[in-house]
Amino acid sequence: MQTGAPVEVRGLVKRYGDLVAVAGVDLTVEPGDVYGYLGPNGAGKTTSLRMMLGLIRPTAGEVRLFGRDPQVTVRALEGVAGFVEAPRFYPYLSGMENLRMMAAFDGGDARERIAPSLEIVDLADRAKDRVGGYSHGMRQRLGIAAALLRDPRLMLLDEPTTGLDPGGMRDMRQLVRRLAGEGITVVLSSHLLSEVEELCNRVAIVRNGRMVYEGHLSELRRTAGSGYRLRTTDDGLAERVCNAQPGVSDVRMTDGGDLRFSAAEPAVAELSVALVESGAAILALTPEHATLEELFFRLTEGDEDGDRAAALEHAS
Amino acid sequence: MRPGVLTVYRWELRKLRSQKRTYLGLGAAAVVPIIFVVATGLRGGGPNDVPFGRYIHDTGLAIPLVLLLFGSIWMFPLITALVAGDIVAAEDGNGTLKTILTRSLERGHVFGGKMLAALTYAVVAIFVNGAVALVAGTIASGFNPLVSLSGTTVTAPRGLLLVGLSLLVYLIPIIAIACVGLLLSTVTRNSAAAVVGTLMFSLILQLIGILPGLGGTRPYLLSTQFDAWQGLLREPIDWSPIIRAAWVCTLYALPATVWAYLAFLRRDVAGG
Repeated sequence: MQTGAPVEVRGLVKRYGDLVAVAGVDLTVEPGDVYGYLGPNGAGKTTSLRMMLGLIRPTAGEVRLFGRDPQVTVRALEGVAGFVEAPRFYPYLSGMENLRMMAAFDGGDARERIAPSLEIVDLADRAKDRVGGYSHGMRQRLGIAAALLRDPRLMLLDEPTTGLDPGGMRDMRQLVRRLAGEGITVVLSSHLLSEVEELCNRVAIVRNGRMVYEGHLSELRRTAGSGYRLRTTDDGLAERVCNAQPGVSDVRMTDGGDLRFSAAEPAVAELSVALVESGAAILALTPEHATLEELFFRLTEGDEDGDRAAALEHAS
Repeated sequence: MRPGVLTVYRWELRKLRSQKRTYLGLGAAAVVPIIFVVATGLRGGGPNDVPFGRYIHDTGLAIPLVLLLFGSIWMFPLITALVAGDIVAAEDGNGTLKTILTRSLERGHVFGGKMLAALTYAVVAIFVNGAVALVAGTIASGFNPLVSLSGTTVTAPRGLLLVGLSLLVYLIPIIAIACVGLLLSTVTRNSAAAVVGTLMFSLILQLIGILPGLGGTRPYLLSTQFDAWQGLLREPIDWSPIIRAAWVCTLYALPATVWAYLAFLRRDVAGG
C-alpha cells in the first residue's frame, strides 16, 4: 500500500520574491529514525517542515511521505502527524472539544484515541477547560495529543521544547523518546544541539536554507574529534608549514593566537618534525576534541564565527 | 468514514455557536425590529416615503418589509460580512489553518464547509430579523390585510406567505454579498479588512447607483437586487426583477466564489 521512506526530500527550494528561505534541501528519513533537523533560528527549518506537510508549495523540488506527495493530496498525510511552530487551537473551545474536532477531521477511529492521548500528555484533568486559558506548555502537549489521534507512523515536530521551562523540556523529551520507543519515526527540528544529541540518531544541519550536513550523529562526532591546536615560536611560519603538509587540512588562526587544523595522527607526527626542521619550535601541540557544539557553530555560522565561538569556549 | 464538507460544516457551526461575534450579528438582527416597532409606536408616525411605510400601523405584515428596505443599506450586508469576512481570515489570525489542514481534510472540503456555514449564518440572520419583526409588528399593529404595491388588498394569510417569499428572494443578493465576503476573507487574510471591505463594496455599489449619469448601471448593480422582492408584492406578481436578481447576483457570486476557492486551494499557509 504505502512504500518508500517515511520522508524523502529532493532539491527542495522555497523563494519569496528575492528572499530564499530554503535553498535546496535533500534528506531521507528512514523508518525508526529520530531525525534531528538542526539549525539556528531563521535557517529555514519551519519553512521546510511546512512544505513537508503540504502547507506551502515548494518553488522547486519535491517531498514524498511514504512515497506520496503531500502537495497533491492530503492522503499523503495518512499516518503522518505533527505541528509547525507552536501548535494552535481554537481558544474559545475546550481542549477536549478541540481534540474532538481534530478527530472528526481525521475520520476513522481517531475519536477513540482522544482519552488515551490526553492521558499520555497528562492533560486529562484539564481537558474540559478552554484552550484560551492553557499555558504554553499545555498547548504544546495538546499539540502532541492532537498528533497522536492520527495514530502516526511519522511525527514531524517543530521545536517542540521551545518556550518550555526546564521541567517541561524534560517531559517533552521523555515523551519524544517514548514515542520513538514505540516505533514512531520522528522528525524533530531544533536550534538546540544538546536536544538533538540527546534524542536523535541522525541529523541534518541547515544554514541559511542550505544543508551543510546530513548523516549519522556518530559520524559527525568522529569529524568533530580530529582537530588539533598548535602554538609555536613563529606562528606565521608554522601556518605556512601546516598548509604545505600533506594530510593536514582546515588550517586556521584563532583569535587567541593559536593555530588549529584537522589531521589524522600520523600526519600530525610528520608535521611536528617538519615544524622543528623549519625552525618553528613547538610550544604546544594538543589534540582538540572539538565538541559537537563547536562543529555546529562552524557549520552554521561560517568559519570566522566558528573560530570565535571556539576561542570563547577555549578561553573559558 | 472519511471526513468531508459536512464534517467541516458541522464544526464551523459549532465554532460559530462559541463565538461572541455570532451573537452580535444575530442580536442586532433580533433587536432592530423591536426598536423599530417601539420607536414608531411611540412616535405614532411612520416612514411614509418608503413602500409599506405608511401601513406599519395598520398591519404587522408591513414591518418586516420596511425593515428589508432599511436593512439593505448597511445592516444586512454588515451582518453577513461579520461572519463571511471572518470565517477564513480568523483562522489566519489564530494560526489554526495549519492545524486543520494537516488532518485528513482536502482544502476543498474546508472551503466548502466554511462557505456553507457563512451562508447559513446569513440565512439565519435574515429569518430571525423577519420573524422578530413579524411577531413584534403583529403585537403592535395586528395581523391584518396588507395593501400591495399595486394598491390591491392582500389577505393576511396570503400576506404572510408573501412576506416569507420576500425573505427568500432577499437572500439572493445576501448570498452574493456573503460570497464577496468569503473572497475578501480568503485573500486579505485579515478579518477586519475583509468585514469592512465587504461593507464598503456594498456601499460603493449603492453610491454608483445614485450618481448622476450612471443610472443606466442600476439594473446590474448588486445593491439594486435588494429590491427584487417587491415584485412579489404586486398584483399580479412581477417576476422580472426576481429573475434579474438571480442572474445578476450569480454574476457577482460565482466569480468571487471561484476566485476564493482557487486562492484557498493554492495559497501558502505560512503564518501562525
